[in-house]
Amino acid sequence: MLASEILSALLEHLWLVSISVGAAIAISAPVAVVLTGRAHLRRWTLGVVNVIQTIPSLALFGFLIPIPFIGGVGKRTTIIALTLYALLPILRNAVVGIMGVDAGVRESALAMGMTRTQILMKVELPLAFPTILAGVRIATVATIGTATIAAAIGGGGLGTFVFRGIAMADSKVILAGAIPAAVMAIAADEVLGWFERRVSFLS
Amino acid sequence: MSRLVEFRHVNFRIGTRTILEDVCLEVEEGETVVLLGRSGSGKTTLLKTVNRIVEPTGGSVWFEGKATSEWDAIQLRRRIGYVIQDAGLFPHNTVEQNVGLVPRLEGWGPARIEIRVRELLKMAGLAQEIYGTRYPRELSGGERQRVGIARALAADPPLLLLDEPFAALDPVTRYEMQQEFLRLRDSLKKTALFVTHDIREALLLGTRIALLKDGRLEIVARASEFESASTPEARAFLATLETHAGK
Repeated sequence: MLASEILSALLEHLWLVSISVGAAIAISAPVAVVLTGRAHLRRWTLGVVNVIQTIPSLALFGFLIPIPFIGGVGKRTTIIALTLYALLPILRNAVVGIMGVDAGVRESALAMGMTRTQILMKVELPLAFPTILAGVRIATVATIGTATIAAAIGGGGLGTFVFRGIAMADSKVILAGAIPAAVMAIAADEVLGWFERRVSFLS
Repeated sequence: MSRLVEFRHVNFRIGTRTILEDVCLEVEEGETVVLLGRSGSGKTTLLKTVNRIVEPTGGSVWFEGKATSEWDAIQLRRRIGYVIQDAGLFPHNTVEQNVGLVPRLEGWGPARIEIRVRELLKMAGLAQEIYGTRYPRELSGGERQRVGIARALAADPPLLLLDEPFAALDPVTRYEMQQEFLRLRDSLKKTALFVTHDIREALLLGTRIALLKDGRLEIVARASEFESASTPEARAFLATLETHAGK
């Protein structure tokens, strides 16, 4: 039945997005912490991540296919590509958030006798959290959209219907993929936006 | 009385720029030494060498009879209260959490922290029922500075460092906070190093005044003697008093 097929594609889509955004967060967090103290390295890293962002998604998927170990056709390649795209907003916002902590607050944390780790965990990260979350939100919404293209390299998800519909010249099948993807993007935006407003009230 | 802080030929350079040059100064227990100077005179840098926010490039600073370089920086800082201009409170913590910060870092039990926080808020003139659970952004500038002072006093440090703590306050609140500072200092018998560019504040609060000019100590005098000082920078500062008195 089509309905159950859409549901399983939707769950698959959600899974692809969660894994990719999760991986991007896991990579960005330690990298951002290292980058805040190093201006030179920061410019270079953000530059590289920026360039990745400018590669058209279909082209990036294509580039990854022939690369051994990480490439090929399927979910692994999809997740790697989506993770690369999610890096920029998350990493950039994390760096901006941590660096945006008031100098007086940081100085008094140091002067109260907090260690580097305590300053990071108890001052910098909590204060940067709303900004970091805003980056995660942008990345999530964008990834939900980009993930539909993943079907082109066998990534699965809601994009499967979109590509099938194009091949069949049947707009109903295209919409069966496009509408749930759009709804998912709006829902993710709302939920993360609500969460973001809650935590920014705290700081 | 014994010597709590001692600056021995302290130098600080960034590249070729000299920020502090050959500063020698002793601070006895119970004194309030005011570091007076214009912006860029090096007074804040000198203050920060005491708790090693700044490490001198030459000479040494001594605290409780031991060179600060011999101290563990974290232990040193927890024995020295620090108050800065906008208080530097943690915006994501309540007043109670801010005040209890150092005791928490020192691993005190919750009950002991609670008692101490109550005591400190009372001392700082803040009603705990009203202010305890507020966040810094819900306070006025003067209230924030009261919290800042309470936080600095939390672990009962023998020394307080204050970096223009009242400079951003309106004149009336500033005056009230200066009186409050005198009251606290005299009742708690704390030693203090106090940075300011305001000669009135220096004369009001300091037992001694150390005047800095371009990174050098120009003169160190008891507050009562400072008004008759004859060095050029001292005259320049004193002149700002005369223009008012002459009117």
